[in-house]
Amino acid sequence: MIPSRDDMYEALAERHGVDFQKKVSSASVVVCGIGGLGSNISIALARAGVGKIHIIDFDRVDISNLNRQQYFPEQLGMYKTDALRETLSHIAPYCEITADCVKLDENNIPELLKDCDIICEAFDNAEEKAVLVNCVLEKLPEKYLVSGSGMTGIDSANTIKTRRVMKNFYICGDGESDIADGTGLYSSRVMVCAGHQAHMILRIISGKYDV
Amino acid sequence: MITVNGEKLDFSGTVKELLGVLGYGEKRVAVELNENIVPKTEYENTHISDDDKLEIVRFVGGG
Repeated sequence: MIPSRDDMYEALAERHGVDFQKKVSSASVVVCGIGGLGSNISIALARAGVGKIHIIDFDRVDISNLNRQQYFPEQLGMYKTDALRETLSHIAPYCEITADCVKLDENNIPELLKDCDIICEAFDNAEEKAVLVNCVLEKLPEKYLVSGSGMTGIDSANTIKTRRVMKNFYICGDGESDIADGTGLYSSRVMVCAGHQAHMILRIISGKYDV
Repeated sequence: MITVNGEKLDFSGTVKELLGVLGYGEKRVAVELNENIVPKTEYENTHISDDDKLEIVRFVGGG
């Protein structure tokens, strides 16, 4: 039997503080791309008690995802939006989880992202990252945007940092390591970057805007 | 002199030309000029003047 909404809220408020919990429970975040970064980010946000999480991805769960993405072998072939929604609903049964199973592009980004307070870029393709970031900075400049770039390979986890590069735009990662270099993706280093992104989002929600 | 990502640079030209000089692919960047985002369609027409400050974010793949 799962605890009541009030019991879960109180347990979170006890750990995070009443002020933080109040803010986080009324916040909304859209996570664009729910692969290695986005699935881990979404889970961290759900555990913290974010009130509304909107997930967007067009892809299905593939066996090649299982080394770092938060999916189960029995979910292979499912749309990632359906699979992660199920997982998130187990973690945070009272979180409002919505999903769009669609490929984001310049035409649909403004409409699909406009209703959330904070936008999280969690794609894997460098050019698609740039399209999303440019589109948000141009069309939705008032939104906070947290992006990830550079988390491949087995190099030190300590090179992954959060930087505030523009007023409302933060970027997490080492800024250098590229999947094109063939260094592979490791769950732990991807999770470090995802942790940076999720943490910056929670800091913004709590009113702390410096890195 | 202009400032790119906090470093001084002697350069005169457009945003497109600057990206070429730095060897940055246009499709993988976001460019801010004096705290305003430069739309990709304007890279060719946006001239950089002395004392301008630019932030260029270059994306790498993986996620």
